Amino acid sequence: MNGLTRRALLAKGSLVVAFASSGPTQAQESEESTSLPGDLDKYPFLDSWIRVDAADRITVFTGKVELGQGLRTALIQIAADELCVSPASIELITADTGRTPDEGVTAGSHSMQNSGMAILNAAANLRVLLTETAAWRLVTSVDQIELQDGSAYGPNGQHVGYGDLVAGFSLHVMAKPDVPRRSKGRRLIGESVPRVDIPAKVSGHAAYVQDIRAPGLLHARVVRGPSFGTQLKQADIDAVTHMPGIEQVVRNGRFIAILAAKEWDAVKASRRLQAAGWERRAAPLPSTDLCDTIRRSPARDIPIFDYPGPPAPADARIVKARYSRPCLMHGSIGPSCAVALWENGNMIVWTHSQGVSPLRKALAELLRLPLEKVRCIHVEGSGCYGHNGADDVAADAALAARAVPGRPVRLQWMREQEHGWEPLGSAMVVELQGALGRNGRIVGWRHDVWSNPHNGRPISAGGLLAGAELDPPFAPQRPRPIPMPEGGGDRNGNPIYAMPNARGVYHFVEQAPVRVSALRSLGAHMNVFAIESFMDEMAQAAGVDPVDFRLIHLQDSRGRAVVETAANRFGWKRRVNGRSGRGCGFGFARYKNLGAYCAIAMEIAVDPDTGGVEVRRAVAAVDSGEAVSPDGIRNQIEGAIVQSLSWTLLESVRFDTGGRTSFDWSAYPILRFPTAPTSIDVHLIDRPGEPFLGVGEAGQGPAAAALANAIADAIGHRLRDMPLTPERIRAALRS
Amino acid sequence: MISLTVNGTEHSVDADPDTPLLYVLRGDLGLDGAKFGCGLGQCGACTVLVDDRPAFSCLTPIAALDGRKIRTIEGLGTPDRPGALPAAFEAEQAAQCGYCIAGMIMRAQALLERNVRPTEAELRRHLAPNLCRCGTHMRILRAVRRAAAAMGGEVQESAR
Ligand code: FES
Ligand code: FES
Repeated sequence: MNGLTRRALLAKGSLVVAFASSGPTQAQESEESTSLPGDLDKYPFLDSWIRVDAADRITVFTGKVELGQGLRTALIQIAADELCVSPASIELITADTGRTPDEGVTAGSHSMQNSGMAILNAAANLRVLLTETAAWRLVTSVDQIELQDGSAYGPNGQHVGYGDLVAGFSLHVMAKPDVPRRSKGRRLIGESVPRVDIPAKVSGHAAYVQDIRAPGLLHARVVRGPSFGTQLKQADIDAVTHMPGIEQVVRNGRFIAILAAKEWDAVKASRRLQAAGWERRAAPLPSTDLCDTIRRSPARDIPIFDYPGPPAPADARIVKARYSRPCLMHGSIGPSCAVALWENGNMIVWTHSQGVSPLRKALAELLRLPLEKVRCIHVEGSGCYGHNGADDVAADAALAARAVPGRPVRLQWMREQEHGWEPLGSAMVVELQGALGRNGRIVGWRHDVWSNPHNGRPISAGGLLAGAELDPPFAPQRPRPIPMPEGGGDRNGNPIYAMPNARGVYHFVEQAPVRVSALRSLGAHMNVFAIESFMDEMAQAAGVDPVDFRLIHLQDSRGRAVVETAANRFGWKRRVNGRSGRGCGFGFARYKNLGAYCAIAMEIAVDPDTGGVEVRRAVAAVDSGEAVSPDGIRNQIEGAIVQSLSWTLLESVRFDTGGRTSFDWSAYPILRFPTAPTSIDVHLIDRPGEPFLGVGEAGQGPAAAALANAIADAIGHRLRDMPLTPERIRAALRS
Repeated sequence: MISLTVNGTEHSVDADPDTPLLYVLRGDLGLDGAKFGCGLGQCGACTVLVDDRPAFSCLTPIAALDGRKIRTIEGLGTPDRPGALPAAFEAEQAAQCGYCIAGMIMRAQALLERNVRPTEAELRRHLAPNLCRCGTHMRILRAVRRAAAAMGGEVQESAR
């Protein structure tokens, strides 16, 4: 986005490629039924994914987005590897409803599985076509052809460029399912290629939607009550309209946006309106703890899993525990932002939404426009970690832009708005009951989890904040549970351990007293926290070492390797003695039992006076299939551990009956440098040839559990209710 | 008109004296490095140097800056010729979303200019005003250690 000018902005906007011709409809109509890897199955034509121009330039398309997780670099690496070119020679176009395949939402650690595998196989198909065409052109056999840096070479050094070769065949062909990967030559996959987005990010160059500039651009602020469920009292709009620098105040029902040429003028005017005060619109929030409220609410019971086996014998030892987690915030460092342009009856929105296609649909409905008149282009924003304000602010910007045809409008939320309105990660309760046989094995297990929904992502106008504010308002979207095996509140509610006579039930509480949606790893953070805490409690009851207890019940060989690697690298057998104010803990899960494996061992020290926890070291082992960028994987896991420590140690959204009261970082503290671990080491178990598995969410649960287990080891008391704050630790120490 | 000296260049700016520096840097001078995070002095995304000390540009009105020396990340180099800290951040791949990074670098710059041999505890305390939600802390610390070494110093181990 560097130096983005109005012309560039418009050029981007006007570039409409008739994508539908390569779309899924034709694929469904075709007779080909063999399934193709990843999203290649939905978009089987090669030119949906890769194009080569006459100058040998390669463009790769993905419907997924860069969120700071390094996806851009990993996908370029995959394509470059297969096509025998340097990463620098590939241009990657990410999610743009005008240009790229519709790969839904970038979420659930699916990008490497879906888009990575698709691009890998599309590139392999293209490599075969290039090789075959080159052999024909250079009058030799295919095994004599070497591809290198954009040219195909014959045995005597004669060569022909990719662009030239591609001119001789059509890329609008269906991918073949059984094309092998390149087997010879230097590999890029598996190398820690430096991330392509980092140079701009560490030098202050424009990298984000927040940084978009264009001549004629107007800055906008939206004005609403302080938090979800509230509204502004009657405000004196006229007074604001006449404030210096204000271009326009856009009103539609309860939706109000202020436009100004200078951003600070818009901020000042919005504060003036906000000063009118607010009132609660929705029913008052319950005055009881949200976890208790959810635990007692009417729920739809959904089975999670049922492992058969005989009932536990009468002499089995029964262990029970209840765990809870409060509502958590995504808490992006940069409040959500979007730029919108309404011109010639077309709406273009530059957005950091994780799902440009569903957003486009929701916006078309909101603006009452045909779908083809709306285009959503992803541009990076501040890290989001799930469904934050990105989609809502895109709608706010679009509504504001509609009032000023031809002028780009940049709308950013204020900090208080992000804290007050973003959808939260739901509060959750897990109750576990286990039966321990005389041989120290688990002979029965029951998992009950209560949660509000985890997917409020907009698919219609009613899923956007502004949808409820317009006159007439759009009906709110009704959340649905995400079915297993992925799961929502029940994600990772099914233990990976082999145990008979085990069942789990998800008590899906649809009525959410507060606004909730997808937060990184959904229910897995809580379910893994609970299961892995409970495994320690069971191990203690059985008198068995916690890691040994896990291995006794773990048959999955890749899982065992991960657990053993983390334990060995940590020096689990030689760890410090617990109950001394120091302690060690272990946590393990396979994300969704479908994705990456992650085990974490942690050593902590507890200050007996303050109750403060110092994480001395964390050692993680990860198996994410074939590792594309080892350093990229480490970066994700390190980040997941630190973020999960912050959630688990410190975080809890506060409410009173009027609404959320955590409006800033002082009311919602998160981890700062002095509390960051002393060291984190991440060890990878590479599995060449195995499918890529995303790692973005693999660490959240294991890190939370390792921490809880380490605290229990250090102080001899188990804390089961997040956050595991110094106050709670002090209280446990006193008891 | 208010005159501001940013990265050694004098600018006259037509903005209200109460305008926070951040809005002038981004809106009037086209310097995107400093970011809006909270506008409350709680996150450090907007950190710049004023007379060599870290300042929250979101809270500093330009009226207070007459004759003061303002430095932003853009003054530390370019992607092709990065300064010691940006180069170290690149070498350590110390970013995820990167939104916090310009502020981190500027705060670290102030520390290393004053003391190229801080202890680990000093370093962490010094960076405490700046938040990173992606959890890039370990890499950010590694990058500052690397930059300290490149500047002829060292971050010394210490109890925390
Ligand atoms: S934006 Fe200035 S401290 Fe947060
Ligand atoms: S790298 Fe994303 S907030 Fe720090």
